[in-house]
Amino acid sequence: MANDNTKRPGREKGEILLEMRDLKIEGESDDIWHPIIKGINLTLRRGEVLGLIGESGAGKSTLGIAAMGFARPGCRFTGGSIVFDGIDMLKTSEEEKRKLRGSRISYVAQSAAAAFNPAHRLIDQTIETETQHGIRDSKSAVADAVDLYGRLRLPDPTTIGERYPHQVSGGQLQRVMTAMAITCRPDLIIFDEPTTALDVTTQVEVLASIRSIVEEFNTAAIYITHDLAVVAQMADRIMVLRHGKLVEESPTREMLSAPKEEYTKSLWAVRGLAKPEAHSDDTILSIEHVDAAYGNADKILDDVSVRIPRGRTVAVVGESGSGKSTLARVVTGLLPPSKGRVLFNGEPLPPALGQRDKEMLRRIQMIYQSPDTALNPRHRIYDVIGRPLNFYHGLTGPKLEQRIVDLLKMIELDESFIDRLPSEISGGQKQRVCIARALAAEPELIICDEVTSALDQIVQEEILKLLLRLQAEFDISYMFITHDIATVRAIADEIVVMNQGKVVEQGTKTEVLSPPYPAYTELLLSSVPEMDPDWLNNLLQKRQVKSE
Amino acid sequence: MNDASTLAKVPRARRSKAIAAWRELKKAPWSAWFGMIVLTGYIVVALFAPLIAPYGESEVVSPGSFDVWSAQYWFGTDQLGRDILSRMIYAARNSMGIAFAATAVAFITGGLLGIVAALLRGWVDQVASRLVDAVMAIPSLIFALMVLAIFEKTEVYHIILVIGFVDATRVFRLTRAVAMNVVSLDFVEAARLRGEGTGWIVRREIIPNIMPPLLTEFGLRYCFVFLTISALSFLGLGLQPPTADWGAMVKETATLFTYARDDFQAGITPLLPAGAIALLTVSINFIVDWFLHKTSGLRDGQ
Repeated sequence: MANDNTKRPGREKGEILLEMRDLKIEGESDDIWHPIIKGINLTLRRGEVLGLIGESGAGKSTLGIAAMGFARPGCRFTGGSIVFDGIDMLKTSEEEKRKLRGSRISYVAQSAAAAFNPAHRLIDQTIETETQHGIRDSKSAVADAVDLYGRLRLPDPTTIGERYPHQVSGGQLQRVMTAMAITCRPDLIIFDEPTTALDVTTQVEVLASIRSIVEEFNTAAIYITHDLAVVAQMADRIMVLRHGKLVEESPTREMLSAPKEEYTKSLWAVRGLAKPEAHSDDTILSIEHVDAAYGNADKILDDVSVRIPRGRTVAVVGESGSGKSTLARVVTGLLPPSKGRVLFNGEPLPPALGQRDKEMLRRIQMIYQSPDTALNPRHRIYDVIGRPLNFYHGLTGPKLEQRIVDLLKMIELDESFIDRLPSEISGGQKQRVCIARALAAEPELIICDEVTSALDQIVQEEILKLLLRLQAEFDISYMFITHDIATVRAIADEIVVMNQGKVVEQGTKTEVLSPPYPAYTELLLSSVPEMDPDWLNNLLQKRQVKSE
Repeated sequence: MNDASTLAKVPRARRSKAIAAWRELKKAPWSAWFGMIVLTGYIVVALFAPLIAPYGESEVVSPGSFDVWSAQYWFGTDQLGRDILSRMIYAARNSMGIAFAATAVAFITGGLLGIVAALLRGWVDQVASRLVDAVMAIPSLIFALMVLAIFEKTEVYHIILVIGFVDATRVFRLTRAVAMNVVSLDFVEAARLRGEGTGWIVRREIIPNIMPPLLTEFGLRYCFVFLTISALSFLGLGLQPPTADWGAMVKETATLFTYARDDFQAGITPLLPAGAIALLTVSINFIVDWFLHKTSGLRDGQ
């Protein structure tokens, strides 16, 4: 393993590779140009990894792409300079820039699934850039790609390239994309949230691969993410951005141990949130020995039993594919179970949605992961919140309007929001509106399906606090589906760990989060990145020792 | 239901919509303006045909046939001595009105069926889709000819229903595809979980979100229907004489082509109704292009 820390001081001696001076970028919306990047200085040396961190809209992706001399459609450079290895990226011709891109600067996008062409084999896409740029003939390029696949610890490096993108997993695809970025041995790689879409256990592997390969080839990198713990493992130096401006910049260890700015400190906040657990013997929902499958396919849920106490939060934790969302579909009635039953307040719930009456539906509400798709873009907030009020409680006219305003207040939005469309409010506000829509029904149980994972850290914290407050106020029970352990610590009373459709462990928060762990729980918990910059090293060492 | 309660909000929403629409109009390219002006002209002519046309639709104004262009009969007369200009003006009414009705039939049946198929899936979708596949396997013009040949005398509503039915299959395919994308979104699931009926989900959750592609398709489909009617008329199975129709008029005056060497004006006379069809088709396509560009652009911005 080539990730001992002795290499790092040597890398810092490198000459300056990329320099941005007072860079300004504007973006257009509704015919008006708004500043996105408001004068940023950035210096990157050869072999150095720079972490860019900030909430969405901070301009970190725009800045990352700008390093290639590229502004997204609808954006323009309005000032400053970008010099890459002596080449002024803003003045040089498109032709010149195109030669640089791919061969000397490459880019790894967040969603590898969207970045690959589904109709071509992986190997052809991996070697495309270098054969296009005429760096290598295809035969030696293939040999090199196979070598890289091996270094990135992809299974069957010699044959995996023959597969199509849909035939490998998300984490593998992300690693193939990293291989693709490095084939030309670029001087600079820009990683734009490369692990955000992955499960924690997969994330660890991709992070380790990226880091070892960056160190091996002494490549400079800009690592963009909103996850501080991840950037702590990857970067030598961190820049915190907000509203297109630099908030704070310092070496990683310094930044983590002693952040100077208030804003930087607040980025940690959600990780510090912890709710004291409480118990209750009064069961509101009890899932008993449920099996479920889509069509005649294999079982997605296998003998699952979960109990949710009234007024408490049960976190259902697991990776994607563990069946946690399917469990939610069984409870809501969208997928009738093939075996077992669900009791609500001691009464069996009719298995299918169509068999449940309005009153039953009212008492179980759902909040979704992505507020963008959970709200009809053509409905005003008035209609979104007003519909369940009218539908379940028959409110109309001024009464309805008054109740909507009350609900808006409950979710800490003022009444001016009532007339807006979802496209006119931020992601966090949209999620609040989704919460208000669920609240409007006056439910007893709310199923929260990854409700914070699409949001920024700070917004996550606000949403979690809001959910906690509402629980205390209205005695609502939550079934909280998530893959994020920090969120679990913040909100859960009890935890259910799921893996491959089975319940691995179930108990109170302290029981589950303290040793001894079942094997899977341990893997899951140990894979959650921590703020400690040595975390990844230690973890990899520990796992290596174990496997030997 | 909640319609009464939304009423209070409507003025605010409507005003902002009107302003937004005007702002969009001001930004429209010249081609869209051209299309809109021409289309407006056609509609005015169609609505006020009796006031504009110098003679009646089937009024025989001249004892001879095929009179030359003159101050009295601007574009001459046809084989029965009827004024060609007047007939062209009346034809705007017939051709456009029937095409509009047929397109509307196609959209109401095909569109609704498409949305319901996308929403319910299962056997409803299977039955509807396979039926549509079967109808689409027959060339549409031949299918229309076959069905129309059954009737002894072709009535206007026969044409509307037959063409509407044939085109509904195309509309079904499109609507089903775009609705499928919307149906899979969480807000539709949220509505289902709330216990909303199919009607409400179709009306409030799905239709507003698939309107832009459907409106665009409406414009294009209208052109196709228009051309189909003209083709049917040209083949003698469309509108029956003495009703004026551009397609039929091309056929009636087609013999004049042969005189083009001696009398240029006579030679281009059959091209006049053909030109009317072409101009309308081009204009509608300009508008549709602009609309398509605008709505797809908006989606990028979101």
